Order: sequence, then structure tokens, then C-alpha cells
Amino acid sequence: MINEHLPVLQVLVPLLAAPLCLLFHERRFAWSISLALSLVALVIAALLLQHSLADGVISYELGGWSMHWGIEYRVDIVNAFVLLVVTTIASVVLLFARQSVLAELYRARIPLFYAIYMLCLGGLLGVTISGDVFNLFVFMEISALSSYTLIALSQERRALTSAYQYLIMGTIGATFLLIGIGLMYIMTGTLNMRDLADALPAVTGNRTIVTAFAFIVVGISIKLALVPLHLWLPNAYAYAPSAVTAFIASTATKVAFYVLLRFLFTIFGVGFSFSNMLLGGIFLVLGLLAIFAGSTAAIFQDNIKRMLAYSSIAQIGFMTLGISFVTSTGVGAAILHLFNHAIMKAALFLALGSVFYRLGSVNIRDMQGIGREMPWTMTAFVIGGLSLVGVPLTVGFISKWYLVLGALEQGWWPVAAAVLLASLLTLVYIWRVIDAAWLQAPAAPRQDALTEAPPGMLLPLWGLILANLYFGIDTSLSVSVAMQAADWLLGGGG
Amino acid sequence: MSHLIGHYNYWIVIFLMMAGLYVVIAQGNLVKKIVGLNIFQASVYILFISMAKVEGGTAPIIVEGTTLYSNPLPHVLILTAIVVGVATTALALALVVRINSAYSSVEEDEIHEQDQSF
Amino acid sequence: MYTPIQPFNLVLRIAAKMLIPLILMFALYVQFHGEYGPGGGFQAGVIFAAAFILYALVFGMAAARAVATETVLRVLAALGVLLYCGVGLAAVFAGGNFLDYNVLARDGVSGQHLGIMLVEFGIGITVASVMIMIFYAFAERGVTR
Repeated sequence: MINEHLPVLQVLVPLLAAPLCLLFHERRFAWSISLALSLVALVIAALLLQHSLADGVISYELGGWSMHWGIEYRVDIVNAFVLLVVTTIASVVLLFARQSVLAELYRARIPLFYAIYMLCLGGLLGVTISGDVFNLFVFMEISALSSYTLIALSQERRALTSAYQYLIMGTIGATFLLIGIGLMYIMTGTLNMRDLADALPAVTGNRTIVTAFAFIVVGISIKLALVPLHLWLPNAYAYAPSAVTAFIASTATKVAFYVLLRFLFTIFGVGFSFSNMLLGGIFLVLGLLAIFAGSTAAIFQDNIKRMLAYSSIAQIGFMTLGISFVTSTGVGAAILHLFNHAIMKAALFLALGSVFYRLGSVNIRDMQGIGREMPWTMTAFVIGGLSLVGVPLTVGFISKWYLVLGALEQGWWPVAAAVLLASLLTLVYIWRVIDAAWLQAPAAPRQDALTEAPPGMLLPLWGLILANLYFGIDTSLSVSVAMQAADWLLGGGG
Repeated sequence: MSHLIGHYNYWIVIFLMMAGLYVVIAQGNLVKKIVGLNIFQASVYILFISMAKVEGGTAPIIVEGTTLYSNPLPHVLILTAIVVGVATTALALALVVRINSAYSSVEEDEIHEQDQSF
Repeated sequence: MYTPIQPFNLVLRIAAKMLIPLILMFALYVQFHGEYGPGGGFQAGVIFAAAFILYALVFGMAAARAVATETVLRVLAALGVLLYCGVGLAAVFAGGNFLDYNVLARDGVSGQHLGIMLVEFGIGITVASVMIMIFYAFAERGVTR
């Protein structure tokens, strides 16, 4: 019986943790129940991926209403993959958060932190699994409001202004999405994704649909932090608590990317999105711009979290570049990069979280010489950094490989060269950190000797690093799922 | 001419949307930005609800004697959107209160001077 | 600073004492007549909270906090959400899909009636307690200049 209700349980289980944390309001209970329910959500996501690989599309009708009238949850291979990524990252970061939040949040707020964290997780899972566009908007706002709150929980006062800026831009983005949904409803009379996909070809040339498309793409791009709409991201990632940055950097933009894929490929269709609306060319330009602007800006940052935030903007550029190819390899590379970047960035931000836990700062000057005092943490950072650059044997290499392959298939040599050049730029800023950590002496003698981060924080970090290496060496699982998902999307499925 | 007069609801929507977006972008006071955001969201509510009206239809609540009702689905959608808007406004105002106690100001440029935020 | 009530606030106090029960009653009316007219959980919750806010404004925050304590509000907010999820899960255990009200009672119509009433009640409780908690969080904040 559980098997039939898996789609709704996927969203319900994390959401239930929030009122329970609020009810009992005790720090250790809140962490335990959040971790337990997050692991249950992980198991459900794995089961859903297994079912969708075997059976195709899983459809679940809420309230017993037929899909044409009510809200439907649809799981196909693209969804299921993103669900697995989000739940895995959420569980690993929760393991890390137990000690990390003690150092970075006011103690009285910690049970509320877990409540809002699980609300955010439930919201992200709802966005991914929903088969109804308005339901997607509602869950997107749930996850967005929770992430603004999570960022603002920091003791740092610049987190407040960052959360405010993110709120303004994020709400404008979500409202644009709502306008697009409204315009599509005017033309087709339905909110279900499958029905929209069937009804839209009949009204394609219509100006209302073109306007709806424009609003939706711009709205999602704000959430995705696609250049030039990325202004909220550096501040939001830099000043949020470490566990929050690790969670949001690895999930929020990935889910927004999934929403973009869903709208472009499933609802509007490849022909309309890329040929009529010239989105291929636009995403190519914006992707390249993001890659270079992000990587270059990262080189000049002194706050390492900010550096990684600009790096994230560049990685989102890679994903957008992938879908601009509109081929199986290109879209597959983008979906693969979604998974790879999530584990890379989560590992890097968790490493920085461990540094902050011991050091109290993530400024590159304060981190000089830290490699000798915190070897495990900084080695993890080095491996994660090499993965970001795209060194063979790490996951970063695999997605860059498929991206270059996709560019060469089209005969676009300059794009392939640009990807390789961007990897060199990545090497520059990663080398800055490695140089400061291992090759320089501490700027001022430290008051108390720095010890390694506690095992409770090292274990999740190294778990992610080992995943980085494992999926870089044995690529069969991730690549096959990503390529299958790309073929499914390009074929108009879902 | 019928485009101007017949579709007056869309003209109102566009006017409010642009006014709201202008206030969000151009105003430096944080509270005024929230007001602009609310105006922008209100324009979207009007878009949905004015499109739900059926000519000759009454409010979508079942009463004896009427057979033609306006479309109830956009009303339900906007109810949800209004709640989302209220939650966003409450959260934004809470952030402004905290920013005010941290920086003693709610003007964007004054805060930028203090901390290089914004 | 909390200023004590002056004698010439007598009109305010008496008017508030007369109005607050009426506001609460109207909130309950809006709550349970959501299917027959404009209304439902969210609107009723806000009106219910407005009565408490009026009480706090006229009689002072200390009096209001004695009536609606933070702990009670926090518990009620959580219970409302759990009631909503509970109704959905009850439908699952009774054999239907999540939030399928048809299976909650002997026939479809009374099942829908029961389901919607419980769900809206859960929403009403949560919204009322959250609105009052938001008011408590904002009120009595000093000005720092």
C-alpha cells in the first residue's frame, strides 16, 4: 500500500517534520526527527527512481480527482533523479549541521532552524514532483520563503540585507512565473502539465503564448541566478550560515534548473522553445557570459564563500550552455552537471563550514597556513576544488567531458575552447586557496591552537568527497540516468 | 477602439504592474520597496480575477435560480496567491525591522555606506 | 515602554469589551460558512487574530500575553498543520488517495463536507495563532537611534 502513495509521501514526510519541531521545540529532538524523516525521504526518492526506471511515468492524483481537474504528481526519470539529488544533499548537510549550527546560530533559534530547513526541503521536493503548474508555483514560494528565513538566521548582520535582496528578486521572479501561468491558463484553460503540452501546439503562434513564455523564462532565470539576473546570489551564499549555504547552493538552483527543463522541453516543446523563440542562441550567449563573468569575478574575491558563490554562477552557466546545444549529449551533460555540481559544491561549502567552525572566519588572509593545522578538512577542499576544475578521476571531469563532446558534435570549436579556458580560470582561484592554506605561514600567530574539525562534521564532508571520486571513476550509473533523462526530455516525454 | 475600451482590465493590470516594478527598483527606502512589491502582486491578482469573469455570470457560489457562474478556479488560485503574498510581506517586514535594529536605518544608501551591503 | 491605562480610555475599554466577542463570533461564522459564501480558514483565522490584537492594543501586551501565551500559540500552530496532514492520511488509510474526502464518511457528499470542514478548521487554527505570534514579535520593539 505504501508503494502506491510514494509520490505524496515524498513531500509529506519532510513537511511533517516542521510542525513536530515546532511542537516539541527542543534542539536534540528537532535534529533527530529532521534527520530521521530526511533519511526516509531519501529512501522514498531512491524507490521512486527505481520504479520510474522500470515502469516509466508514475502518476498520482491528489484527492482522487482525475488529472484533468485536480492536482497530479508525476514522476518520470528526470524528476526522480533530481529528487534523489535533493534528498541526499539534505540528509548529508543535516548530519553536518548538528555541530555547525551551534557555532553559527543563536541557541534559542536552533529548533526553529530545523523546522524551516525541513519546510524548505519539503518545498523543493514539491516543486520537483508536481505535475500541476500552479502547485509548482506554490511549492516554489514555500521553498523560497524558507530559504530567505534560513539565510537571515545568521548572526552576521549582512545576512539580513542579503536575505532582503534575495526576497525582493525572488518574489519578482515567482510573480513573473505566476503571470506566465495565468496567461497560459487564459489560452488553454488547464493547469496540468500534460494537458498544457497537448493543448499548446494548437495555439503556438499566439502573442499571449509568446508573452507567457517570456515571463516564465525570465521568472525562472531569476530563481536560477542566470546572468544577468544573478545579483542576489553572491551575498546570499556568502553571509548565510555554513550549513544553509551548503544546502541551498546544492539544491535551490538545481531545482530551478529542473523547472526550466520541464517548461522548455515538456510543456512548450523543443521546436517552440528553441526554434521559434531563438532560446538556443540566447542561452548560448548567456551561458558563456556566466561562465566567464563568474569565474573571473571569483578570482578577485577574498571571502572564500563569496568566491565559491561566483563559481556557482559560472557552473550554472555551464548547465545553460549544455541545454543550448539541444542535443542528447548537450542536455545530458547539463543534467549530469546538475548532479555533479551539487555534490562538488556541497562538499566545498561543508569544508568551509568546518574551517569557520574552528577559525571563525573564511577570509583568505585568515586561512593562511591552515592546511597544516586542519589537514583533513583542507585535503577535502583540495579534492573538491580539483573536481571543480575538472581533473580526471573526479565528477567535474565527467560533465565537462560531455559538454566539450556536445560542442564538438555541433562543430562549435570556439565553445569547446571556452569551456577549457574556463577550467583554467577555475584552477586560478582554487590555486589561490591551496596556496594560502598550504604554502603560506599564518599571518598572525593564533591565540589558541587550531585543531581539526570534529568527526561529526568530517564524516559527512568526506562522504561527499568519496562520492565525488566514486562517481568520477565509475560513471555508469550517473551518466546512464542523465542520458536517459535527456533522451526522454528531447522526445517530448513527461 | 474596442482594444482600448473593451480590454480596460488589461490596461489597468499593465499600469499597476509597471508602477509596482518601478517603485521596487527606484525607491531607496526598504519599506517602500515592499509596498511596490505588493502593488506588483496586486496587478497579478486583478489579471487572474478579471479573466475569470463570464459575461452575465454571477459570483461562483451556488444559489437557486441561476445557471451561469463566473469561473471559480482563478478565484481559488488567487486566494492562494494572496496568502503567499501576505506571508512574503510579513517576512519582508520582519527583515526590515531586524535591519533597522542592526543598522539604525531603512534607507538603502545609508546601509550601503555602513557595510557595503546592497 | 508599557504605559498604564488612563481613566479617560474608558470609552475605548468599554467599546473593546463589547466588540471583541462579536469579532470572535464573526470569525467563527466566516470559518464554518466558507462553503456557502465567501469565507474559509484563512480569512477566519485573520479575523480571529484581529480580535486578540484589538485586545492587546487596548488593554496592553501583558494582558494579551496572559490570555494567549506563546506556548499555547506555538502548539496550536503546529496542531493545525498536523490536523490537515492527519485528514489527508486518514483518507489514505481509508483506502483512497491523499486528501480524497469521498472515503472519509459513508457517502461522497458527507465525506467531502467532513473533510473540508476539518481541513479548513486546521487552517483557521494555524493562521490565527501565527498572526497573533507575528503581532507579538513586532509589538513592543523599541526604536534604536
